Amino acid sequence: MSGNHLSLLARDLVERALKAGASDAECTIAEGEEFTANVRMREVESLKEAGSRGAGLRIMKGRKTGSSYTSDLSREGIEKLVASAVELAEITTEDPHAGLPDPEEMGSIDGDLKLYSADLETLEPERKIASARCAEEAALAFDPRISNSEGASFSNHVGRHIFANSRGFAGEYRSSYCSLSVSPVAREGESMERDYWYTIDRGFAGLEPPEEVGRTAARRALRRLNAVKVPTQKVPVVFEPRTARTLLDNLFEAVHGMSVYRHESFLAGKLGEKVASEHVTVIDDGTIPGLFGTSPFDDEGVPSRRTVVIDRGVLKSYLLNSYAARKLGLKTTGNAARGLAGNAGIGHGNLYLEKGVQTAEQIVAGISNGFYVTELIGFGVNVVTGDYSRGAAGLWIRDGELAFAVSEVTIAGNLKDMLPNLEAVGADLEFRGSVASPTLKIGEMTVGGK
Amino acid sequence: MRFSESIFATRFGIGRGDLENYLGEALSQGGDYADLYFEYLLTSSIGIDESMVKSAAQGVSMGVGVRVIAGERTGYAYSDDLAPEKIRKAARVAAHIAAGPGRTGSFDLNEGVAHNLYPVLTAPTETAFSERVELVKRADRAARAYDPRVFQVQAMYADNLRYTMVATSDGVLALDRQPLARMSVWALARQNGEAPQRGHSGGGGRVELGYFLNQKTPEHFAGEAAREAVAMLDAVDAPAGETTVVLGPGWPGILLHEAVGHGLEADFNRKGVSAFSGRIGQKVASELCTVVDDGTLSGRRGSLNVDDEGQPTRRNVLIENGVLRGYLQDRLSSTLMHAESTGSGRRESYAHIPMPRMTNTFMLAGESDPEEIVRSVPKGLYCANFGGGQVDITSGNFVFSASESYLIEDGKLTRPVRNATLIGNGPEALKYVSMVGNDLRLDEGIGTCGKEGQSVPVGVGIPTIKIDRMTVGGTA
Repeated sequence: MSGNHLSLLARDLVERALKAGASDAECTIAEGEEFTANVRMREVESLKEAGSRGAGLRIMKGRKTGSSYTSDLSREGIEKLVASAVELAEITTEDPHAGLPDPEEMGSIDGDLKLYSADLETLEPERKIASARCAEEAALAFDPRISNSEGASFSNHVGRHIFANSRGFAGEYRSSYCSLSVSPVAREGESMERDYWYTIDRGFAGLEPPEEVGRTAARRALRRLNAVKVPTQKVPVVFEPRTARTLLDNLFEAVHGMSVYRHESFLAGKLGEKVASEHVTVIDDGTIPGLFGTSPFDDEGVPSRRTVVIDRGVLKSYLLNSYAARKLGLKTTGNAARGLAGNAGIGHGNLYLEKGVQTAEQIVAGISNGFYVTELIGFGVNVVTGDYSRGAAGLWIRDGELAFAVSEVTIAGNLKDMLPNLEAVGADLEFRGSVASPTLKIGEMTVGGK
Repeated sequence: MRFSESIFATRFGIGRGDLENYLGEALSQGGDYADLYFEYLLTSSIGIDESMVKSAAQGVSMGVGVRVIAGERTGYAYSDDLAPEKIRKAARVAAHIAAGPGRTGSFDLNEGVAHNLYPVLTAPTETAFSERVELVKRADRAARAYDPRVFQVQAMYADNLRYTMVATSDGVLALDRQPLARMSVWALARQNGEAPQRGHSGGGGRVELGYFLNQKTPEHFAGEAAREAVAMLDAVDAPAGETTVVLGPGWPGILLHEAVGHGLEADFNRKGVSAFSGRIGQKVASELCTVVDDGTLSGRRGSLNVDDEGQPTRRNVLIENGVLRGYLQDRLSSTLMHAESTGSGRRESYAHIPMPRMTNTFMLAGESDPEEIVRSVPKGLYCANFGGGQVDITSGNFVFSASESYLIEDGKLTRPVRNATLIGNGPEALKYVSMVGNDLRLDEGIGTCGKEGQSVPVGVGIPTIKIDRMTVGGTA
């Protein structure tokens, strides 16, 4: 179905909702095609290819709301979609803060945001499979201890996103991405470890060479071999970019407007206060061309923008949709996000911590006894209290060098202390997704082990 | 359910001959096996926050996935449109994985005898919204009434009704109607202007709406959430390092899910990337431990009449008296490993390739009195409730997060402890189980398991157990 047809459908659905008794309506339509090729031990393991689309409708009846979605865009399916949403508004409660954004807040960024690359549409499946093969081969050939693999995967997605509401907003954009990842398994004696590496871009031409991805993954798996469990102790902890990024995921939850108005965040009520060390400046920017958190407008039809969340340690802004903004007496920051069903939630654009000047080596060189974290598992972060306790693996720092592999330990602290205690920020910021951080050093955390 | 009465036959006009044609199309380039997975899914959810019903949503999605297996290779395509030409197109795309002479002839589809584990006449999804909205309102009121220190409550009720149909080139034709409902309550409590603490509870299963009216009521879940939040107000920092850990009965069974369950899924073992690879017959736990995965429990969240490859679910013994007995098999891995399917092939939806997954995973009851177990510990940690967990299959290291736990001092539970992560190694951790209680309990029906981007509902269970040595992460 052409994009034009789908935008007409979105506007038609809004009109139908108004005719059925809604006082306001907003409609999201998403359409996409996906392809995945998995290669394992040099053979094609699976190929998957398909397209899908669906529509979501949210309506207001005064200050009551109802939502529905469907993947059935037949005439019958669409009639049911409208009737469902209107029916549901009857059972919800009048909420004085519910509603759409003000018309003057709505709009879209002009210009090419480089979210779509045409090269994926014409790329032959054979080339995609070949790049996965090549990445895995590079990992397997890198070292005899890489004797097994969970395989390499090439995926791409091309989609179209359409949004229209009853306040006159109608917009759409196309987007694409592709990624290549490889997960080699290293073995030496009784020790077996897996790691992975990947590259991702809006188009095929922007991917890093598969050989490089494979070799990086192999190096990462190898350096985890023969890991030991260290004694329980308090030491400086360095997060490499891949794990440092997860601290920004935690921070996102803490500045999430919904968590803030419910007091479910340790950063609620802290605007204008110093919550982190002066090395910490955190930006959310949904306008950077080509990146994965970029969009011309958010999921309420408000233009994406650049928001300074933390400026040299001082909390400057929460991330808000129009609902959370009204609850907090603030303005939306254009961070509304939703799937097809339900009310708008909150998402981030490109959320990153501004880079510093030191290299990762320089940061490590200043530590006599510490932990360099390369892997985190588990869900032990409580943003209500800030309590932080996660499973970790990585390398032990001894006299300024990465000395030996460590696993089956935990790291613990409280985000309220960890952020002010953030002593060093690396220069190695790069985006492999919509959240990015350079290497970070936290002055002291508890490593739980033997 | 009979094929001729199914929604796929009556509403979408699909006949047996059509299914055979699609399978023929799927195997037109060769291949060993093909299957079709049809799905029609109705969902609804209602949410309350600040005592206002702020969200209510319902939806419908449908589609068909076509899979072709040739040796170790899998081709997969799906369509969210059930029109014949769209299904045939998906079958042709999936067929590309194979390269050989096509298979012709009929597939002689037969409906076998299936379990009837959730004989739900009216699924919750089919009831009036006016009845269901009362559940979240009652939960909100009950949590607030529990204790004046409770100041924020959120409750969510969600249900779905999934119709599935699997047709395979082996002649299997399996239909199912899978209801599922769940209620969740979150409460925040605070005192003396200090930082708030959160409590959570929830549950449900493949049940009728009456389950929430007569058995596990909104007041039950609300009371548990509020109790946990209030209990945590006086929590002290968790200890860090190795200690004795006692797990309470029920949801702490997530330990088994992470420590052994995932590592025993056959795909990882076929590829030799699991810490349990090649260890069948070896001792991986203390002899007090017998762990099963059972998809046949009546009405449970993790139960299925047939798995998503059309195989009846079973009770599978994973560990028997400490010895590793078997893996969880799907069609692909069982064929390649020359084993039989254990009815463990599951998928999130028609858009996903099935793989070996757990259903309801639990440890059988032992003989110890649970109170005796706690009394036997001079110093340790008692974990009553958990958040989520995760495992690194290859190294075997797993973690899970305690959301409600208490210090054990001189054989008694004393102070509550703040959220801490526990970490262990799969093939080692259960060797330190020194006591197993007689109080096996299954969880209340809240679990969702994620693997390679696919989420499926699961259950866990465990009696009170004592683990002599485990690393606790501490909170400061």
